[in-house]
Amino acid sequence: MTYTGHRVDSAWLEPDEHADLDLLVNGRSVRVQVPARCTLADALRERGLTGTRLGCEQGSCGACTILLDGLPVRSCLTLAVQAEGCELETAEQAPPSRELGALRRAFHEHRALQCGFCTSGFLMLAAGLLRDEPDAGAARVREVLSANLCRCTGGVPILRAVLAAQRELNGGHA
Amino acid sequence: MKPPPFAYRRPSSVQEALTLAAQAGEDAKFIAGGQSLMPLLALRMSRPSHLIDINRLPGLDELRQSGAGLRVGALVRHATLERDARLTGPWRALREAAALIGHHPIRLRGTFGGSAAHADPSAELPVVAVAMDATFVVRSTAGEREIPASDFFAGPLMTVLDPAELLVEARFPAPPPRTRSAFEEFGPRAGDFAFASTAVTLSTRDDGTVQQARIALGGVDAVPVRAYEAEQALEGEPLTDATVREAAGRAAAGCAPSGDAHASATYRRQLIATLVERALSRLKEER
Repeated sequence: MTYTGHRVDSAWLEPDEHADLDLLVNGRSVRVQVPARCTLADALRERGLTGTRLGCEQGSCGACTILLDGLPVRSCLTLAVQAEGCELETAEQAPPSRELGALRRAFHEHRALQCGFCTSGFLMLAAGLLRDEPDAGAARVREVLSANLCRCTGGVPILRAVLAAQRELNGGHA
Repeated sequence: MKPPPFAYRRPSSVQEALTLAAQAGEDAKFIAGGQSLMPLLALRMSRPSHLIDINRLPGLDELRQSGAGLRVGALVRHATLERDARLTGPWRALREAAALIGHHPIRLRGTFGGSAAHADPSAELPVVAVAMDATFVVRSTAGEREIPASDFFAGPLMTVLDPAELLVEARFPAPPPRTRSAFEEFGPRAGDFAFASTAVTLSTRDDGTVQQARIALGGVDAVPVRAYEAEQALEGEPLTDATVREAAGRAAAGCAPSGDAHASATYRRQLIATLVERALSRLKEER
């Protein structure tokens, strides 16, 4: 295994090589050595950032959702090498963004989780939505939340929590 | 599962991407948003030798409207189409179809070129491209060629693209005056693969009769298909409840869906009748 300090824009990263990447996670630089086939989710988890969960590993469940340049992505459908130079935000973010902070409180108050496996994905999905579309209507919020699966709550408490967080972020009305 | 091993490279221009593709051989693939290819890798249904990452290439993400029509760059994201307020009237089906693709995070990253090149029989945008008589512009080191959307799809997950060819743009010709379009689909849950879909474009004369109708169907064959008999039932006729029903019936009768564990052939055929009727009824009301 070679740690090449690889520049993937000027030479092939071969299947048996590792690239040295600086990922920017929650405002901090995180160095990872990964092969091309390593997903962004695995790269984060292998560096101890296990707040990002892996459910299906094929883009169906949304548990691994994080923010990439402010927008929600499934980190199992993104290669770690593709995230080079992007700003990443995960459920561990401390201090949290405005949106993530409000969502954490609202999930607690509205009992928007039971087993908790899907929670970090829902938090990041909703954080991305509330930042990008602060005035999203209830139907839009519901539609966006349909991207992720929750097997415990039935989803309604999660919807309530996200709408409550949105009210808080919009100054108590909307 | 984890993706199988492959070589990876991120070129900085289309020309460089094409040169790399020509060198890397027939098992190389381009990756853009990755929203279709990454699941195929995880399921080990695809084992490319090389991935050429075009996701951030400049110049391929433009959506341009002019007198000649609409040009959609290969890297235009579904969410961009979904949110573009210019996509009304003749272009509305594009916007409606994009809004129904997968889920929000998928639409933020998935691309027009990726959806077309992936060629899933239940995909939305290929159906719209066929209904709107779009032309796909593809490039390789050997040059550029234009392929009508109706000739582009070769089967489930198959196109006529050579391995070293890159789809760079879709060109939608300017429609006749008073053209409008609609897209309808049905799937079991939000974001699921649709059982059946239809894209309809209609232009009408001053007297309200249909000058040109284009009806394309998805999910009922290996590739998007045109419902020619349904189109003929409308052309020259006024849009009435009776002509709408006649066209919807002909669309259903003229397609040959196959059944699977999720939806039988009969059910898919009934869906086509309902979806075509819904699309045409909306266009009728909006006259």
